[in-house]
Amino acid sequence: MRYKLLTAALATTAALQFAGPATATDLEVTHWWTSGGEAAAVAELAKAFDATGNHWVDGAIAGSGGTARPIMISRITGGDPMGATQFNHGRQAEELVQAGLMRDLTDVATKGKWTEVVRPKSLLDSCTIGGKIYCVPVNIHSWQWLWLSNEAFQKAGVPLPKNWNELVAAAPALEKAGIVPLAVGGQAWQSSGAFDVLLAAVGGTDTFLKVYKDKDAKFAAGPEVAKVFKAADDARKMAKNTNVQDWNQATNMVITGKAGGQIMGDWAQGEFQVAGKTAGKDYTCLPGLGLNEVIATGGDAFYFPLLKDADKAKAQEVLAETLLDPKTQVAFNLKKGSLPVRGDVDLNAANDCMKKGLAILAKGAVIPWTDQLLSQDSQKQKEDLFSEFFAKPEMTVEEAQKRFAAIIATAD
Amino acid sequence: MSKSERPSRLFRNLNAKVASIPMILTALVVFVGGTAWTVLYSFTNSKLLPRLNFVGLDQYYRLWATPRWLVSIENLLIYGVISLVFSLVIGFVLAALLDQKIRFEDTFRTIFLYPFALSFIVTGLVWQWLLNPDFGIQGVIRSLGWTSFNFDPLYNSSIVIYGISIAALWQGTGLIMCLMLAGLRGIDEDIWKAARVDGIPMWKTYLFIIIPMMRPVFITTLVIIASGIVKVYDLVVAQTSGGPGIASEVPAKYVYDYMFFAQNLGQGFAASTMMLLSVMIVIVPWAYLEFGGRKRV
Repeated sequence: MRYKLLTAALATTAALQFAGPATATDLEVTHWWTSGGEAAAVAELAKAFDATGNHWVDGAIAGSGGTARPIMISRITGGDPMGATQFNHGRQAEELVQAGLMRDLTDVATKGKWTEVVRPKSLLDSCTIGGKIYCVPVNIHSWQWLWLSNEAFQKAGVPLPKNWNELVAAAPALEKAGIVPLAVGGQAWQSSGAFDVLLAAVGGTDTFLKVYKDKDAKFAAGPEVAKVFKAADDARKMAKNTNVQDWNQATNMVITGKAGGQIMGDWAQGEFQVAGKTAGKDYTCLPGLGLNEVIATGGDAFYFPLLKDADKAKAQEVLAETLLDPKTQVAFNLKKGSLPVRGDVDLNAANDCMKKGLAILAKGAVIPWTDQLLSQDSQKQKEDLFSEFFAKPEMTVEEAQKRFAAIIATAD
Repeated sequence: MSKSERPSRLFRNLNAKVASIPMILTALVVFVGGTAWTVLYSFTNSKLLPRLNFVGLDQYYRLWATPRWLVSIENLLIYGVISLVFSLVIGFVLAALLDQKIRFEDTFRTIFLYPFALSFIVTGLVWQWLLNPDFGIQGVIRSLGWTSFNFDPLYNSSIVIYGISIAALWQGTGLIMCLMLAGLRGIDEDIWKAARVDGIPMWKTYLFIIIPMMRPVFITTLVIIASGIVKVYDLVVAQTSGGPGIASEVPAKYVYDYMFFAQNLGQGFAASTMMLLSVMIVIVPWAYLEFGGRKRV
């Protein structure tokens, strides 16, 4: 009976909407941006969409993407789709698109000349399946950053490292001063991500692509990757006294000078900003760990489920255009601490670290990220391996590499 | 039996039969149907969405070659033995002590049963703090002056599963105690008197007379404890989320992680089918012994 009532209510609302003016359409948007800085960034998107005469219904799902994605997916597959939803662009929504549950945005993209304005091109490529565009990238988040605490190195009496190798060399001095050289939180994705960063920085761009893009298992078992595992072994030794779980707690260790550094994505910058620290003075950021200055083009994108309601479908188009609007891009990304997906916007307000990122982006030194190259299944296996590797000192480098190569052999 | 009697048997007590139709349907469609569906799809390579693309036993080969699954099974065995033995022993001993006609029995019973009112998530968080080396038991004892005192089970890969078991026992033994106490109260007072007349010591009376008489209570508790063991999940998530590394992973968490985080339904289904199989191995022989024999009587 309750179900009947609900259907009746839905039918009435649908009828009302149909009768009323087509401009003010409610569109529910789900996402997992719930921390302070993230919520402020989303508010910018909502403001821009409301300004078009439609109404943004916020559907924030607390917890990380891991918690939110199953909820979003079950709503879409269960026949209760939202108006639009966040995913990391790449392969997370691949199967939903293949099952025909997502809306093709090619006509909107052609109208807005997305292929010309979106930079780097790989962003739009990961939204494209079978020649059609299914998502709107909104920002670029890169993992390749080493955050260093200037205070910690002063206290230990060693000069500030200019790259990863110097940090490894400075580790004994830091430990003597009671400082953890490298903070790595206990969550599985952190150790796994740190390894991927090392793979691109120590191994180089070609090595990274050969392993994750070509999925060459023989290469992954070879001497080039062995060097990276050696670096990961250094990382695990430096991180052994971390004893925190969440990434922002680990970042906090760097902020307070309890840890020398942390390998973490550019979202860590928000934490430094909230703590009132200045880039260059209180903390230093080294893109590509100072060894290989590339940044990966992971990030967030919005997908639009296929809806029957014509008004809502129209509103989806409006939202898609709004998200890529230059003004929205600047307002959103400044709050989020991420880089905009358009090359033609003005980011004067960006701080030092963001400017470094923009310069690398302008040079075109970009690589695709694991979200775009590997399925969630392979990523999870990788996470299991590296969380074990970082927590278990008796696990040898050789054994870890053998298991890594086995994962790459079956990866898809 | 004559022919005319048959329909009347079918329609006897019709109201009750009609009333139980929803439950029968639920059991058949949701439980049996859902189980069959899960087992069927565990032989496919379904990823995010279920698809009937059969790959034989591939998912099972992969499952048993995965270190994390093997660690999970080992942890479940350790956790299972510990919670079975200790809940039964501690529960029974507490019940026997309470049964000595002591004063303030109600108060004690409430205290012991109270942890059961908390969910596993809350229990897990409480014990996460208690066992945290900086703020918990270790920290307190160190601040009292014994600075070399070491007690951090949740941060030590080789003993983390015992740390989790402590929390589970704290939460669960109160209920077992209450069940046992009810069983003890069900024993006729005359049996105690007879045993006393015969001069049998108290511990012997418990061990050889009372416990065998409490068989039904023991079977009930056994089923409750066993089902709690197989499905343990939230306690681990709240206390360690599987860490350090993968040292405290359990099968139910593997199933959830691979179905929803890894978007690999086939692998998750294969793991849950193995869990079902392990339950069947325990339940089927027991059910056969318990219910199979009765028909012959």
